[in-house]
Amino acid sequence: MFAVEAKELSKVYGKEKTIAVDAVSFSVKQGELFGLIGPDGAGKSSIFRMLTTLLLPDGGEASVAGLDIIKDYKEIRKRLGYMPGKFSLYADLTVEENLNFFATVFGTTIEENYHLIKDIYVQLEPFKNRRAGKLSGGMKQKLALCCALIHKPEVLFLDEPTTGVDPVSRKEFWEMLKRLKLQGISILVSTPYMDEAALCDKIALIQGGKILSIDTPSAIVEAFPSNLFALKGPSMYTLLQATNNCPMVEHAYAFGEYAHVILREKEQSPDALLAYLVEKDFTALEIKRIVPSIEDCFIRLLR
Amino acid sequence: MKQFLSFVRKEFYHVLRDRKTLFILFGMPVVQILIFGFALSNEVKNSKLLVFNQAQDEASAKLINELEVSNYFEIEKVVGSYSEIHQTFKQGDIRLALVIPANFGSDLAHQNKASLQLINDASDPNTATTLNNYVNIIVQDFLAQNYPSAKSPIAILPQTRMLYNPQLQGAPNFVPGVMAMILMLICVMMTAVSIVREKENGTMEVLLVSPFKPILVILSKAFPYLLLSLVNVTSILLLSVYLLDLPIQGNIFMLYAVSTLFIITCLSIGILISVLTNSQQVAMLISLMGMMLPALLFSGFMFPIENMPLPLQVISNIVPSKWYYIMVKGIMIKGLGISSLLKETGVLVFITTVVLIISIKKFKIRLA
Amino acid sequence: MKEQVIIADKLSKRFGQFMATNQISFSVSAGEIFGFLGANGAGKTTAMRMLCGLSIPSEGSASVAGFDVYTQTEEIKKNIGYMSQRFSLYEDLTVLENIRFFGGIYGLSDLQIKEKSDALIQQLGLEKEAKKLVAALPLGWRQKLSFSVAILHDPKIVFLDEPTGGVDPLTRRQFWDMIYAAADRGVTIFVTTHYMDEAEYCDRISIMVDGKIDAMGTPAELKKQFDAQNMDEVFYQLARGAKRKE
Repeated sequence: MFAVEAKELSKVYGKEKTIAVDAVSFSVKQGELFGLIGPDGAGKSSIFRMLTTLLLPDGGEASVAGLDIIKDYKEIRKRLGYMPGKFSLYADLTVEENLNFFATVFGTTIEENYHLIKDIYVQLEPFKNRRAGKLSGGMKQKLALCCALIHKPEVLFLDEPTTGVDPVSRKEFWEMLKRLKLQGISILVSTPYMDEAALCDKIALIQGGKILSIDTPSAIVEAFPSNLFALKGPSMYTLLQATNNCPMVEHAYAFGEYAHVILREKEQSPDALLAYLVEKDFTALEIKRIVPSIEDCFIRLLR
Repeated sequence: MKQFLSFVRKEFYHVLRDRKTLFILFGMPVVQILIFGFALSNEVKNSKLLVFNQAQDEASAKLINELEVSNYFEIEKVVGSYSEIHQTFKQGDIRLALVIPANFGSDLAHQNKASLQLINDASDPNTATTLNNYVNIIVQDFLAQNYPSAKSPIAILPQTRMLYNPQLQGAPNFVPGVMAMILMLICVMMTAVSIVREKENGTMEVLLVSPFKPILVILSKAFPYLLLSLVNVTSILLLSVYLLDLPIQGNIFMLYAVSTLFIITCLSIGILISVLTNSQQVAMLISLMGMMLPALLFSGFMFPIENMPLPLQVISNIVPSKWYYIMVKGIMIKGLGISSLLKETGVLVFITTVVLIISIKKFKIRLA
Repeated sequence: MKEQVIIADKLSKRFGQFMATNQISFSVSAGEIFGFLGANGAGKTTAMRMLCGLSIPSEGSASVAGFDVYTQTEEIKKNIGYMSQRFSLYEDLTVLENIRFFGGIYGLSDLQIKEKSDALIQQLGLEKEAKKLVAALPLGWRQKLSFSVAILHDPKIVFLDEPTGGVDPLTRRQFWDMIYAAADRGVTIFVTTHYMDEAEYCDRISIMVDGKIDAMGTPAELKKQFDAQNMDEVFYQLARGAKRKE
């Protein structure tokens, strides 16, 4: 049995029939950390809302914990944990009151499942009498995660839990997810940050309501067919322009301090490119072959 | 049940931690009662009175004393001539002068009849009439006590009997009106806004995916406002009994029963608004313009419905606060029993049922 | 040395007992891309508001485009552009209507607006969408459009508050191409971001921790200083020591 299984799931909005989700199929195994990776407006939240029984699909079918999302919505609601994209706590209630409230709503108590949230909650404990609205972004996310976990869900849905959170808090958050996975909870998480993709067991790259690619992060990286090089030199902007004008270059784009360059020919050596650039008066150049990241794969798929 | 209680407690935290809400909840009834009770009252208290006493006898002194202890008048000045009356009137402070003729006491004693003259500043005709009425009543009292067989000393005596409200107070009219308005405000607007706020915050999503039944989410959001509204009914009643000296003539339990019914009506309207809207501003606008305004216009408390054109009179029938206003007036002031208010109760029950059915049907167990 | 268009000297903002921004000093020269980094709650927004003339500092001094942040806030506003992820354009107006509106508030003449909007629409390839509502545009296009609108009146400095949040990686790069092009024309860019790779695209960056600027320099200098492989590590080292969790 899959923790989540979607078949040809579709969602259409409004009079103009904007297609938000276009026949999306994927499955999440039990105990798996599955990432939906894509920019805003890719359809991630719509998929989440259909799977959490908050929206009815306009086509296709899906199951969560083996239960049909339309027929068995009541049973599913007992078994899933959900953290929506928006800040979903009561800003005027304290940390403890929020947690208590959600525990009771889900028919449990903090004590009963304290072991699940202990790791996370100890960090919040010093602030337990502070109102949730006065917490920092990272702390809010931790509290929201506690609230989604408090009833020991079988499947956890986290819709962009790290959006707008600073890099340090984001790292901490992913470490918490890893520990949760060890407890056997299946997790479906969405994120616009490509660097987080590598932390998932399996990912689906999604854009415009369609899945571009779906596999383990390493398999997606391995499927990258072309030659990828990292190029470094002074004046990145002009260097990029010149490189993109070079006929042997398929695409060059900025990537941190480097420019990533995909050459057209698979077995081509970068020396020819260097020679081309030197001819254009570029100096102090440095080039090396690199292993692509998920972001490189995504950029390639988008083109 | 535990879930429900936890929900109610959470709702109380929201209310108690938000000063603005708290003020609307508990400040508004007091402010409104005070404004209507004292500032906007159409009754006249401690009005300055001129007396030109030509009699200077025991009977006239007694009458003047009665006027003075009545709370309605304050003897500003005792004058000696008509011209002095006119002069004082021109200064503008005085609105009424009483002239007691020379043989007032002896006429009463021997002929069982005497005359009095009232001179009014009629630039404000309503006040003038009100003041005349007060004097009439006091004089009648005076006669009844001292000269049981005497006829009225004033030539033209309008034979009006002020039923239910012998002191002609304004309070009986506005207390039921204020109650209707406050309950409308709290139940409709605050319920709608507080539910829509959860939609805006994204907390509604989490509540909907919880095993807690969606309809219970809504009911448990409405329940605290039922309690708070009953607290408000109590505070308004306490204020009107102890501050405005307006006794409750009818059965107090019935008054509460009727109020609870009206509160439920308002709550269902509030829920309906919250189901149909997605932003707090829209919910607030609909509640204010769509609910409060008709409540003010059509409940009969500010403007008499009988004077409205027929189409408006018909419309007024679907305004719940009209029926509540009639019932509260009936119970509080006339002391009517339920048998006299069956029609109003029926109408209110009907409206509530219809609104509740629509809002439950429209209520979505999912988003959008 | 190039003209300094932003100069902040011990700029501070106090809210009661709380020092949101604590004596920050830096300067940005014309045409520079300056990255303004920091964890949530480190005081970035407060500092940015003071520089945009929206909030009067408690202490210290600063000038933006040569104008004083205490006394000449109106002049500052005329000489800067501003774009944030949260609000950028009116979704219920069309592309053209938005351009016309923002051109109008910055006092451009009708002719200027006409010329500029034609050029802008051609440049962005929005000919077909010019009369469509902004709401109908994909997010990436919207961000590009709102950046163009923010520099429509040729400001000396443009402030970008997390301009690329949630945008796909390809569009993000196209966005940075636009930033580079603007900087090339001499527009000074002051940008905040949560993407550490974008920090590398800046000429110079500062990292705020607990209201203070803890590190400032070119990306290469900072990586050397903190002995780090990439900016992510630099940021992590600095922010981990933060005491303020808001």
